[in-house]
Amino acid sequence: MSPLALLPELLILAGAVCGLVTGLFVARERQRVVAWINGIGLASAAVFAATSPHLVAFGTYAVDLVTNVTRLTVALATLLALCLAAGRIRAHARESELYTLMSLAALGTILMAGAADLLVLVAAYLVASIPAYALAGFAKDAPGTEAALKYYLMGAFLGVLMLAGVTLAYGLSGATAYPEARAPAVAAVLLLAGPLFKAGGVPAHFWVPDVAEGTSRPVAAFVTTVPKIGALAALYRLAGSVLDEPALLAVVAAATMTLGNLAAFQQDNVRRLLAYSTIGQAGYLLVPVAVAGRTELAEPALLLYLAAYAITNLGAFAVVVAAGTDALADYAGLARRSPWTAFALVVCLLGLVGTPPTAVFAGKLLMFAAAWDGGYAWLAVVAAANTVASVFYYLRWIRPVFAQEGTGERGTGGVAVVAAVGSLVLGIAAVAVLLGASAL
Amino acid sequence: MLSIVIFLPLAAAALLALPGLGARTVVRIWIAATAADLALVAALWAGYGGGTAYETRLRWIPSARAGYHVGVDGLSLPLIAMTALLFLLCAVCSLRQTHRVRGYAALFLFLQTVCLGLFSALDLLLFFVFFDLAIVGMYFVIVGWGHGDRARSALKFFLYTFLGSLALLLGFIGLYLAAEPHTFDMADLIANPPRAGAAVLLAVGIGFAVKTPVVPVHTWLPPAHTDAPAAGSAILAGVLLKMGTYGFARIAVPMLPEQWRAYAWAAIVIGVVSVLYGALVALAQENLKRLIAYTSVNHMGYVILALGAAGLDGGRAARELAVSGAVTQMVSHGLVTGALFLIAGVLWDRARNYGLGEYGGLAGRAPVLTGLTAVAAFASMGLPALSGFIAEFQIFTGVIGAGAVVAGALSLLGILITAGLLLRMIHRVFLGGPGELTGRVSDVRPYELAAIAPLLALSLVIGIAPRWLLDVIEPAARALVTLAGR
Repeated sequence: MSPLALLPELLILAGAVCGLVTGLFVARERQRVVAWINGIGLASAAVFAATSPHLVAFGTYAVDLVTNVTRLTVALATLLALCLAAGRIRAHARESELYTLMSLAALGTILMAGAADLLVLVAAYLVASIPAYALAGFAKDAPGTEAALKYYLMGAFLGVLMLAGVTLAYGLSGATAYPEARAPAVAAVLLLAGPLFKAGGVPAHFWVPDVAEGTSRPVAAFVTTVPKIGALAALYRLAGSVLDEPALLAVVAAATMTLGNLAAFQQDNVRRLLAYSTIGQAGYLLVPVAVAGRTELAEPALLLYLAAYAITNLGAFAVVVAAGTDALADYAGLARRSPWTAFALVVCLLGLVGTPPTAVFAGKLLMFAAAWDGGYAWLAVVAAANTVASVFYYLRWIRPVFAQEGTGERGTGGVAVVAAVGSLVLGIAAVAVLLGASAL
Repeated sequence: MLSIVIFLPLAAAALLALPGLGARTVVRIWIAATAADLALVAALWAGYGGGTAYETRLRWIPSARAGYHVGVDGLSLPLIAMTALLFLLCAVCSLRQTHRVRGYAALFLFLQTVCLGLFSALDLLLFFVFFDLAIVGMYFVIVGWGHGDRARSALKFFLYTFLGSLALLLGFIGLYLAAEPHTFDMADLIANPPRAGAAVLLAVGIGFAVKTPVVPVHTWLPPAHTDAPAAGSAILAGVLLKMGTYGFARIAVPMLPEQWRAYAWAAIVIGVVSVLYGALVALAQENLKRLIAYTSVNHMGYVILALGAAGLDGGRAARELAVSGAVTQMVSHGLVTGALFLIAGVLWDRARNYGLGEYGGLAGRAPVLTGLTAVAAFASMGLPALSGFIAEFQIFTGVIGAGAVVAGALSLLGILITAGLLLRMIHRVFLGGPGELTGRVSDVRPYELAAIAPLLALSLVIGIAPRWLLDVIEPAARALVTLAGR
């Protein structure tokens, strides 16, 4: 193998380490340079992932389409989250640490996606989780500390369960590398605990609303978006080779989307609303995981939906960051105060519903098709019913935006607009490709 | 050429984003863009020679056979023309609009692109994109410029029709997966109907039935109509409802012919129930807009009935007549109901009330408005020399000739009830003694007359000399019956 195959991971790591070291020697008000160093690491990783010719699987780590798309998505999403954070945390005492922790969590997420061995998966889980716990409690205030503690306790508990699953699988099959390792019944359930926790799937979802509400807004955007990408890619790999439990995964998917959507109904705090919405979205994302290996549509469905979800969800959180308020009522009249931010919000929320031509529409279309083609038409019907239900709470947020009256700050949401436009462009491009490929 | 027709309104909407435009300028740009679009559609009609014309097929990937695929034929061309006309007249009717004009005009131009695109789409995915965007556009029209309990009505509209659209999406995916090779292209799917099960027809049927709407999934319609602004109601009833019936004729019948023939009885039953139930409920309404909305349920019922008859095994000529009547009814309903909603808008503009009991004796104060309403009501009830008669005569002859004698006879009762309720409406609002709000009503202004009169004039032209329209529709109806009979 060539070490160049791991260049994106190494670049992100180098960005994080260089950033941390630089941060030690730079005055507090000039720590912004650390954001640039981390950003350059992430951006160059994205460039190499997009152009990487290496498609190799060596023993414990696979570099294939799934890994490459995950690298690209994670790097770009982290870059957006970095921009969000950099605007808010200027001259904070621990500014450089924040950027470094984000880079490291992103690195762990990518490693989860590429892991082709159960032991590597466990290591990647820890690399992805520990920086995220620190991020959640970064502000050192009471809600942040509570969020971090909940996040940590749940993550540690479910991580131990996953480790038990790995032990069982190894004992049963005598291997931890993917094609050979098998995880029947109990081992499968235990093994799923870790990735499901990171993905925010039922029944490991309890941390999502508390962390999203308790931590600072840019961090909330990050931890509800980026770790999911790698966790779902890891689940997809597990479901395709190690596990053979499509029915179990389908039930988990149905439960996740239903619970997430129903719980979002009565939320008056937009961060909690978005948190439950991300749980619902995780449910849709678990659908291609459930039919992994049963239809060739599963892989494009998962990857496209992941990218679409990442950019759309970040856009919605970016609006919350820009508006600087969590109360649903404070969004009344946003369209008059800051029309571009309102535009971004409407595009992102309708995008999360799956309205064409946004990116999630293309992802959802493929997801429905994958479910139907994989023999789980009922799951497609459940997902469709859930989508209709979700319209209700997204519209609860959209409607006051166009109200005549209402007071609040004027927020400028550059990142939000970038994300919204990105969602539209990705969606139109994806629909165009789908239209073109439909006769193939 | 066709793509220019579709996207010209959207380009005009983008133009409206320029800063510093006054309200009058915005409306002028709006009217100019819709008028130009109508002129282009007229040119399309003049140059139309039969079959599928003005096809555009963009190939994104060389080996792929489909992509952005649009075209018109005898089914879609009349609807496209009706859409372009109705949007122009809605623009004219909104000449005095002062409340957030820019967004209003931009939304209507956006909706126009969406509607024209839907009727031209020859790819299921493209069709669905437009289908969904129409819901979003109309939601914002109702919630932004409606009145009454608009937020609730708009939410109900969005949720209900979005449910339909997702059922539709599942049906489209079923069609895609059942086709060999997999494709979303309508022309290919019609040429080689996929061997899809009844579940696919059910999903597609639910999607279009909600949009049409038929009983029992019609309950979103009355509140949405009542609380929408006048132009919004006219577009909703005139154009958006046609998306459902057009979908049946364009997608359900030719792509699932075996299933359609097997379940034609269901379409006929639903059609008859919609005809009778819609008419009876309309009879009981005290609110003018709700009354018109329920007559829409009744009129769309005739279309479903006729399309159901196309799946029977009676005489071929009769089935062709039924389909031709269905398409004519779609055009006729768009014109006449559009006019009725614009008339209701005039009353709202004067007195802010739709209650039938609040008015009375308007004929003395507003003779022109009375005349317009009378013509529209006669056209709606299917009186000879107006377009409704041409449509309904064809439908009844076709349905009874195709073998559904009982259904045809029952539906004839619908006409009787409709005539009764429309005459009762005229009687209560325009004749008799003055009501509480009669004093506030003045006659139509010139721009309102310019918006309403062309619709009724066209209905009269179709009623007296329908050949030019039927010459376009009949070949398409023949083709559809052939496709349904495979």
